[in-house]
Amino acid sequence: MEVGLHIPFSAKTEFLRHDYFSMDKKKASGLPIGGTMYRLTFDENLCKTCPTCDCLVKCQYMDLKVDEAKEEMIKIINGDDSFVLQDCITCYGCEEYCTRGNHPFYLITERREEKGILTAPRAITKQWVNIGEQRGKYKLGDIKQKILSFGFVPELLELVQGRLFDDVMPSYVFGQEFFCNVVYIHFANTSIIKERLPLIIDNFRKLGVQEVVCMHDECYGAFTSLAPAYGMEVPFKPIHYFEYLYNRLKELGDEVRPLNIKVAYQRPCSSRLSPDKHHFVGDIMELIGVDLVEREYQAENALCCGDVLGMIYGYDLKNDVQKRNIDDMVEHGAEYCVFNCPVCQNALAAKITKKAIKPIHIIDLCRMAIGEK
Amino acid sequence: MSDITLSLAQIVGEQYVSNKAEEAYFYARDPGLMPAHKPDYVVVPETVEEVQKIVRLASKKKMPIVPMGAGMSLTGLTIPLKGGIVIDMKRMNKVLEVHEKARYVIVEGGTSHGLLKACLEKNYPRLRHSVPDSPATSTIAANVMIHGQGRLTQQYGFNSDMVAGLEVVLPSGELCKIGSCSLSPEWFSKGAPLPDLSGLFLGWFGATGIITKVALKLYPRKKMRDVEIFVTDREDLVPDMVYELTHTEMVEDINIFAQPLPVIFKDNHHITLFITGDTDEELEFKRKMIWDSLDGFIKSKDGGFMSLPPVMKPTLLEMPQRSVSRFADVRKGGGFEYSGPIIAVEKYPECSRKIMELASQYDLAYSAMARIIGRSHCMMFGFAFTFNRADPDMMERTRKALQEVAEFALAAGGVYWKPTVDEQRMAIERMDPNTRNLMKMIKTNLDPQGIMNPGNWEVH
Repeated sequence: MEVGLHIPFSAKTEFLRHDYFSMDKKKASGLPIGGTMYRLTFDENLCKTCPTCDCLVKCQYMDLKVDEAKEEMIKIINGDDSFVLQDCITCYGCEEYCTRGNHPFYLITERREEKGILTAPRAITKQWVNIGEQRGKYKLGDIKQKILSFGFVPELLELVQGRLFDDVMPSYVFGQEFFCNVVYIHFANTSIIKERLPLIIDNFRKLGVQEVVCMHDECYGAFTSLAPAYGMEVPFKPIHYFEYLYNRLKELGDEVRPLNIKVAYQRPCSSRLSPDKHHFVGDIMELIGVDLVEREYQAENALCCGDVLGMIYGYDLKNDVQKRNIDDMVEHGAEYCVFNCPVCQNALAAKITKKAIKPIHIIDLCRMAIGEK
Repeated sequence: MSDITLSLAQIVGEQYVSNKAEEAYFYARDPGLMPAHKPDYVVVPETVEEVQKIVRLASKKKMPIVPMGAGMSLTGLTIPLKGGIVIDMKRMNKVLEVHEKARYVIVEGGTSHGLLKACLEKNYPRLRHSVPDSPATSTIAANVMIHGQGRLTQQYGFNSDMVAGLEVVLPSGELCKIGSCSLSPEWFSKGAPLPDLSGLFLGWFGATGIITKVALKLYPRKKMRDVEIFVTDREDLVPDMVYELTHTEMVEDINIFAQPLPVIFKDNHHITLFITGDTDEELEFKRKMIWDSLDGFIKSKDGGFMSLPPVMKPTLLEMPQRSVSRFADVRKGGGFEYSGPIIAVEKYPECSRKIMELASQYDLAYSAMARIIGRSHCMMFGFAFTFNRADPDMMERTRKALQEVAEFALAAGGVYWKPTVDEQRMAIERMDPNTRNLMKMIKTNLDPQGIMNPGNWEVH
């Protein structure tokens, strides 16, 4: 017998709306909202004794040697001024480069916020903060113990179709009530994350779900990296959708046909929060008979799609990074560019198409391999 | 059938005349807030000669005449305030001549913007005209008559600045050509190098004559068009930003909007920039110039270009933009009106603060929308409110808010655009006395019986 919650939609709506209104009441009362209690777990000694300082040395947008990197990190730890706080372009890369399990990027973000160092123009930050506010306009599918979370990425409502998702759909959630809010680290705004993320986690808890397949790795990073770093409990098992896709393709076995194409992979910033799942890109490509070209800007050296760079820094940096990235794809003979993040796809699709490279989301690529596209 | 109905039927045919209640109801109002007033007759001519005969009949009977395009001014300019005959021009809807190499078109007085746009796209893909954001049925003659603005206004000024000649039926019924066409077969100029007589008609709302033909300048239509939105939370910096943008001379059109809903737009001002090009290189060159011109504001964190997902672009690139009409139904009940004074760009911060103050004071949904005219020479600042037509209290609050806008606009050095009769009165009172007298002389001499759209631009 199938086990599921089967909560009537209207009941679910009220169920979560209650939380939304209670947040409003908290705000109106002037009392601090839960987030203020959350503190970043950061081990200073790990950093001070680090022999490589890979977090900054490997940064692709700043040029630091080990000694200088260490010096700057110590300044940052101590709350002193550092040019890193001004120059960091928020690629999230240092979260992956740090091999000691510390959180250099979260620390940089915290310090920027403390010092009032804006990354993006104020208006852009406001815009994004407004977009993510809970408004009671979420969508719920037929909720079971295992669900797909689309966060607040509308493109996923179109992308997630077909047999790959047969065993879970239509058990899904979508909307600001399930939006991980990780994006605000781009804007040096951890306060909003500390305020909202516990409420988001609580919304999942109220649904009573056991497993959440995160259809965007920012969402997965929120529950497996950011929340633990701030001491937030996550009462369900997050599953990265790469892992889910890989397992589904294995289950579909003979239905998977090799595509025999050469692709470049555009790795998004959010993937840096779950580097242990990055290997699934190669694993999936192998399963579906795709040649993942060995290029300069891949894996640890991946370049930003440029979307955030444009908003924050203007034309030159955005276009320089995009050009280097696309030229690299062209030089290595990619026929397709495979995207993980719809925002990256929006940022690069038109430009790579002009270079005769087809943009495709990894879900669509997998669907191609089972004859659905 | 009354004598006048019979006479009108003899001119245009029985099916194009009405004095029935159904037609009187519709022609008594426009979609705005002005009170309705029924016409005695509605007539729909097809030729210039028919228009002349109708005017002569009205003159003989001393009966008011109100020429009408699509009737979408929103400020009651085609409401027959003193009854009489509404002359609906929509049957005179032909594109008569397109002069491709000289880049102008001659259209009949009831031709719509939608029709001309479709005609050019189909037959002359390298030509375009300045499409306003009114519905596609709005007519070219009425639009230049009210000094409308469109997609090319930042580059070439008011749509009336793009007029290249007119044919007008005078209040006497005589037909008069204005511009180069008065002595040449070519319609390339509405005035220069002759005395420019187009000012006797443009901006007069039909109170001095009825436009039966318009020559309109056309402009190069590039193969590609794109849009960017620069966002700022500093309304005081908007004029400086516009100054930098217009200095590049790379922008097709500049519109600015600020509104509280949807929330993505809350708290910010959005400078929407349209760019065009025939090649990727041209488009990218312009884009870089534009982005670089605002780089100082990006570095100071006072503004930035928002990420525009491809799904948003088609809506923004539409001509005309239908988002305006969607806003009209925010409060349901389909009511929408705005006051759009023409005012210095430096006044953007004051205008912006005023609309928010009024929306709060009168509990109204609002949208502020500005269109830059020329290279920052001035702007139309739209104080737009939406209301439910089934809610008299909300309508009254909207009226009051718009009255306050009218007072504010004059005090801030603005000039009303397509003013209501009350606003016309306020403008006339404030006007330089010699200018007022000149207007009176023109009106009295052209229309001694006062039958042309009476109530409008009346100097007592």
